[in-house]
Amino acid sequence: MATVVLPRSLSALFPLAQRQVAVTGGTVRELVDGLDTRWPGMRDRLCDPGPVLREFINVYVDGEPADIATVVTDRSVVHVLPAVAGG
Amino acid sequence: MSLVAGRPWEAEIAMDRRLLVLLGTRKGAFILEGDASRRDGADAWRLRGPLCEGWPINHVCQDPATGTLYAGGGSPWFGAAVWRSEDLGQTWTHSSAGLTYGDAGPKMRSVWHLTPAHGVLYAGVEPAGLFRSEDGGVTWAHVEGLSKHPTREGWVPGNGGLICHTVLAHPADPARMWVGISSVGCFATDDGGVTWEARNHGVRADFLPDPYPETGQCVHKMTLAPGRPDRLYQQNHCGTYRSDDAGRTWICLDEGLPSTFGFPIVAHPTDPDTVFTIPLNGAEQGRYVPGASMAVWRTTDAGATWRDLREGLPQDHAYLGVLREGMAADDLDPFGLYLGTSTGQVFASADEGRSWRRIADLLPPVLSVETALVGA
Repeated sequence: MATVVLPRSLSALFPLAQRQVAVTGGTVRELVDGLDTRWPGMRDRLCDPGPVLREFINVYVDGEPADIATVVTDRSVVHVLPAVAGG
Repeated sequence: MSLVAGRPWEAEIAMDRRLLVLLGTRKGAFILEGDASRRDGADAWRLRGPLCEGWPINHVCQDPATGTLYAGGGSPWFGAAVWRSEDLGQTWTHSSAGLTYGDAGPKMRSVWHLTPAHGVLYAGVEPAGLFRSEDGGVTWAHVEGLSKHPTREGWVPGNGGLICHTVLAHPADPARMWVGISSVGCFATDDGGVTWEARNHGVRADFLPDPYPETGQCVHKMTLAPGRPDRLYQQNHCGTYRSDDAGRTWICLDEGLPSTFGFPIVAHPTDPDTVFTIPLNGAEQGRYVPGASMAVWRTTDAGATWRDLREGLPQDHAYLGVLREGMAADDLDPFGLYLGTSTGQVFASADEGRSWRRIADLLPPVLSVETALVGA
């Protein structure tokens, strides 16, 4: 299972959500599906319809910028990070 | 739908009657809590917040039928959602399930207005559209009839975006509703949202070559007159208006007001001839109160004449405005009025607007004000 690291501002929206979680999946999209299964509604916070990642949500797989279709492995570390936005 | 853990303030819920002033701001929802006496004094109001994780919250309201609080807004990162609290704001859940135009449609940016009515919760959103929830905001369905209006291709955004910011429900007939969209105008349905009619006749659009188009008017806010649901009032980018025929024709009420530009308009709780507005100095002049001297303007004769109410409001160097949801009345007798400013102050009147006092300061820009009377 890949290791997914979530930002505090996202985990704060879901009860008992962990900042670091092991999720099964072969792509970022499948990891998002896994997160949504565990915490219903999390997909909507990360993705626009498509699904595509929201404009100001950045995902990195093993340190490299990723999109919804990026392949992950069981040893991957996936960081979900809010982009510089807001005001 | 997810649950947000309780906040450390963990306020006890007293059993006496309390008045909540519900605030949406650029940096979360807030609740000012006082007792029903609306007494003065430094300890009269207690502030709770920021709520809803500091998201920009455009509107907070209570469903009087259930007591549930709702907050609508959108996070720059996490998108649009409707928040819900069943314990007067101590804990919140949120959802946007179904709050979408689908894969082929535009991206949902924010929720701008919430109206509970006849057992349904309605949400006006950006980009402009209307959604409805029959389960208290857990899941949503698009009211497609509005988005299928033949003028839809020509809708253009105002300064705040292409937003559906007003949803008015007929008090007795669930099939009848009105919405306000900037800068598109007023629409009405008489068949529960299946079909909609543009109702802007007589409303100016001074910024267009044709100042009286079918749509394109920049409505800022509308309200229903109590006890007379075919009477509506409208504050527009280009004037203040009244309609006595459910929005089919509008009468300009500008004479006696210091400008044609403003945002909020609030009806008297029982008198259909009395309404309150807060004119600003103009769309291109800074959008603050005329002369930097603050006043709420009231008519008691359906807009034939107006008078300014200033006692207790700042009269010098008040470079502030009040936005479209920024003023509300309470349900007490005599009724109170509350307004929140673009510079983070909240003013309250316990005597129907005659005199005011500041009850909060240093908040983020206030986007909405509503009230809720709770307790025994």
